[in-house]
Amino acid sequence: MTISDERSTEVSGPVSGHPHEARRLSWTQRPGLLSQNIITAIVFAIIGYTIGHWFGNYLASGYSYIANSGQNSIADTLALAFGVVGWLGGIGALNYPFAKLFGVDGLEEESPVDNWTKYFRYTLDHKVVGLQYVVGVLLFMFTGGLLAMAIRTELLNPTTHVFSPDTYIKIVSEHGTVMMMMATSIIVGPLGNYFVPLMIGSRRMAFPRIEALSFWIFTAGYMVIFSALPYGGFPTGWTGYAPLQTQSGPGMVSYLLGFAVIGTGMILAGFNQAVTIINYRAPGMTWGRVPVFVWSILATASLLTLATPVLFAGGLFGLLDKTVQTAFYVDEHGGSSYLWQNLFWFFGHPEVYIMALPGFGIAGELLPVFCRRPLFAYKVSSAGMIGVALLSFFVWQHHLFQSGINPDMRPLFMLTTELISIPTGFIYLVGLGTLYRAKIRFEIPMLFVLALFFNFLIGGVTGVFLSDVPVNVTVHGGFFVLSHFHYTIMGGLLFAFMAGIYYWMPKMTGKMMNKKIGKWHFWLMFVFFNLTFFPMFIIGLLGQPRRVFTYATNLQGLNDFSSVSAFILGFSFLVFFFNLVYSLWLKPEVAPANPWESLGLEWQTATPIPSYNFERIPVIMTDPYRYSEDGAPAYADLGTSGAPDTTTPTMA
Amino acid sequence: MSNQSTNSTGQVHHLRRMTVAWVILSVIGDVLFSIFVAPHVPPGRLTETAAKDQTDFNVLFEMAIPVLFGVWIYLGYSLVVWGDKRNKDAAFSGDAARHNTTTIVSWMAVTTVTVLFLAGFGTYALVVDHGSGGGQGPNPAFAPSGALKAETAALVGKATWAPGSKNVLPVQVIGQQWKFTYRYPTFGGFESSQLVLPADTTIAFNVTSLDVIHSFWAYQLGVKADANPQVNDVAFTTTKDPGNFIVRCSELCGIWHGAMYDSGQVESQSSFETWATTTEAANAANTALLPAFAWTYVPSANGAGGGYYPNTQDPFSKVEVYGSGTKSAA
Amino acid sequence: MSFTGRLSTAVGLFLVAVALIIWALVSFLDPGNPGGYVNYTLGHSTGAPVDVNLQTVGAIGTGFGGHPTWVSYLQKDPTSGQWIHDTSMTLPADTVVHMTIDQYDSGSPLRNQEWGQVQGTIGGSATLNGKSYKVYNSYSGNGVGHTFAVPGLGVSVPLIGVNGNLPNICGQAPCGSLPHNVITFSFKTGAPGSYNWQCFVPCGLGYLYGNGGPMSTNNYMGGFLKVVA
Repeated sequence: MTISDERSTEVSGPVSGHPHEARRLSWTQRPGLLSQNIITAIVFAIIGYTIGHWFGNYLASGYSYIANSGQNSIADTLALAFGVVGWLGGIGALNYPFAKLFGVDGLEEESPVDNWTKYFRYTLDHKVVGLQYVVGVLLFMFTGGLLAMAIRTELLNPTTHVFSPDTYIKIVSEHGTVMMMMATSIIVGPLGNYFVPLMIGSRRMAFPRIEALSFWIFTAGYMVIFSALPYGGFPTGWTGYAPLQTQSGPGMVSYLLGFAVIGTGMILAGFNQAVTIINYRAPGMTWGRVPVFVWSILATASLLTLATPVLFAGGLFGLLDKTVQTAFYVDEHGGSSYLWQNLFWFFGHPEVYIMALPGFGIAGELLPVFCRRPLFAYKVSSAGMIGVALLSFFVWQHHLFQSGINPDMRPLFMLTTELISIPTGFIYLVGLGTLYRAKIRFEIPMLFVLALFFNFLIGGVTGVFLSDVPVNVTVHGGFFVLSHFHYTIMGGLLFAFMAGIYYWMPKMTGKMMNKKIGKWHFWLMFVFFNLTFFPMFIIGLLGQPRRVFTYATNLQGLNDFSSVSAFILGFSFLVFFFNLVYSLWLKPEVAPANPWESLGLEWQTATPIPSYNFERIPVIMTDPYRYSEDGAPAYADLGTSGAPDTTTPTMA
Repeated sequence: MSNQSTNSTGQVHHLRRMTVAWVILSVIGDVLFSIFVAPHVPPGRLTETAAKDQTDFNVLFEMAIPVLFGVWIYLGYSLVVWGDKRNKDAAFSGDAARHNTTTIVSWMAVTTVTVLFLAGFGTYALVVDHGSGGGQGPNPAFAPSGALKAETAALVGKATWAPGSKNVLPVQVIGQQWKFTYRYPTFGGFESSQLVLPADTTIAFNVTSLDVIHSFWAYQLGVKADANPQVNDVAFTTTKDPGNFIVRCSELCGIWHGAMYDSGQVESQSSFETWATTTEAANAANTALLPAFAWTYVPSANGAGGGYYPNTQDPFSKVEVYGSGTKSAA
Repeated sequence: MSFTGRLSTAVGLFLVAVALIIWALVSFLDPGNPGGYVNYTLGHSTGAPVDVNLQTVGAIGTGFGGHPTWVSYLQKDPTSGQWIHDTSMTLPADTVVHMTIDQYDSGSPLRNQEWGQVQGTIGGSATLNGKSYKVYNSYSGNGVGHTFAVPGLGVSVPLIGVNGNLPNICGQAPCGSLPHNVITFSFKTGAPGSYNWQCFVPCGLGYLYGNGGPMSTNNYMGGFLKVVA
């Protein structure tokens, strides 16, 4: 097949850019804020919330357990559920499905006027959704981070309490849940949505409406999980163990429903990414030419799609236990407290790889650019990510090593857990191999990638400690675990996110992030991340359990050290936010077209990126990452010059 | 990678340098660790279980040190030698930079062997140490000899233990919001909020809960077992010398989770027996009011005077009931 | 917009955001918890015993915050003599505390009869309306309404309930002269530190195991003893 043949099979035009003049504008297409937008969403959400709350009170306020407790979880559940539906209806997410349902044809959401209001509307362009996600996850991260500061404030002193113990548990639980929800989307949402189509040479995601829907569900989930605070919070931590879950007040509804809402968005987003990557790759992009970042998103997407439904079902059972008094998780009435633990961790362990794999992807993507040499063992890196994704479904009971369930299976789960070190080791092989005889450019994104390898190593090695059952007896449920997963998720994923933001911001906004402030940000974050969490390994080994408001007085020194470091770590995020404001708004500096001299496809198109991404669908000519290689052909033929192609390579 | 560095003319032997530094530093690190840190690694050596857990810990630490040093040395060397300002050579590129079967296969072989060794070693330690002090549920897969006999005897009120007897001592740990209490079936089934154990004895902790999930963590004993409602979670430890230990709840159980701790004592066999018989006598009036000793209890899911579920408990339950009101007035 | 204009806008927006966040955290995180410590060390001469007076009510009523149906302890402010919704106290170290608890709530069988024993008090006993007791059978009589337990000091005292069928049982705090039991006991405060105390009777009606709601919220069925030198 020749290139010209390939070109003739291009996808049928961009999403927007239809000849609107030919038709009367529908109300959904009215420009700017005249159509549905975030304000109508808020109004509809409030109306939905009110109706749901009234309906719940109407249904249930007569029951004795509700009268006695004075807290009506049914009203709160219905209020939140109706509120979410109102929010989605108000933003316009339901117009198209309903139009289809009633046989109305040709409803178009896109406004012909392109201005800033698209960021506050139900916009289908993956680049808009990507930027919406950037703001969304940063908001999530900022609120979750503030709660972390509150935790470290309470732990400054073992006997003097800033918060009462119930308030402290609420803060801990809210922090954990918010951060977990944020971390599942922090790369897939912003960078995945923005760059996967660009990196595979596509003009769109496979399902633009589902993509926009997943973002607006994500924002609804944010509001649902924060509704826990005015409802009085929930005391279970992010793991939500039943039957404590069943015992707690209406704040628990926010947790259960919040995970169901966020989970729906995760399933949709994962499904959309997987379909896009499989079907929308540019001609010539065989599986051996897919960028590793795209591989990582594909592996993550498969986990999102397959693991999250388990959480959704588990949360629904909990919601039923909490509202209509079923007993899925209550032993006395025929349920089992183990059921939640199994369901939760069956989701929960793939979940932690949902939070690790995109980080590996960014590391693999950025290393060749800043090492100026090809990625070492490309196939090993994609095999590693797929291997991790597959194995992650077979390890969940290592969270239950001391729970009393299935003692004879412990050697098996110890083995599967430790086996995960092998594909994870592939990532290190690729990373270290790529550094070999490189010409390393110490730009800010590269610093974050190097820090990821440093941090994740400590997280990974301590993970092996945790997987060893005899050692797990001492470290399970203590600060050691806490530090371990902060090293993997924060030290890995969050550092990768920062690398990605510094690396791709010039493409997304056309402006360079300030390097000097960036260096301050990096060093503060890297040094104080380690000073915050490394002492926690020792605190854990010395016997401090997680989620306690008081601790042994001899551990105060270490806890205070960790707290003070945490405050400076928190400050480093303010430096980051300042850098964003400074570089994008206060003193913007126009970015060169390809500031890092990357060969990646996303850098080959114009900046700002046209709404259809590529003038012509590019044709991928060769392997990615052929840096410093004399005579290597360009990664892609963009066919923009109009000059006739002289080569007619055979497509694999 | 190794053959690349040797056969390119004029190349320094990067990997050889790194390997030498790695071997030296790893040996130094391991030796220093075993001298200065290893004896203090948790959970200490108060019981045989704890001592074996500490050994496992130290084996992992001794293996982790070379792994950490290996990556750190490589990273550090790369950053210094191959920075774009320092490295005057052209960046490594071409097919050789993209793929090297020897390196890939040897990396995979080394990680696989390491991982399989760790899993095998962990399994061995788990089996020979009777579950390593972890909660094994009602049917412990790795029980020490005599444990089953002692537990059966405990249930029918015939468990025996005396100084010098090598019998296993069952101790029931009852988690409730927010305190652990302990029952001694060997001594008439009295219940106490103090935990006292005899030295040189294999203890079977039978951990259960009256409400939500707790976790019984006796730090210095090397014991951790979740307290699940209606589950008898058994964990074993063998005490050695007298000493004190801390008990903490390590599973979030609500508002006072952080305050759910107390301390316990391992005492000499004779002073333990004195304590047990004295407490048995002192608590006799209350012991008579307790339900018969059982592995699990079905307390009312409702709490005092009405609550969440409309009916109080399963009428067909065969286990003993706490707080059901079935005991007649004393 | 000029650079200065943008800078001051950014700083202004930042300050507004910080103010909003602090307001949201303060108003949402700790609703209706007075959370103070009633101080018994003021004017206290070393060695002299301290008198503390508490009461338990089945429903706290509308006068004390947002949960009128919840069961609660109340404490008598030693200076004003008013009943206040605050369960924490500051006590001098190594001092005898004479505790008087007015129990207005009805009782029930205990979830764990272990808490039917008087533990850790001076003399190992308490008095119920003047009559001494060491063990109370919670399956008999009016059962146990609540307990006052300080795990850190080994103190645990069952508070015997009043007859729940009385026509004039107290329904809303403060209860004054309505039927109640007076329980007294003494314990010693020990070394300085922060000790938590709680009730071990699952008395949170409408919650699984009775341990949610008031049992899981500070200032209702539990609090702190801050013991200072």
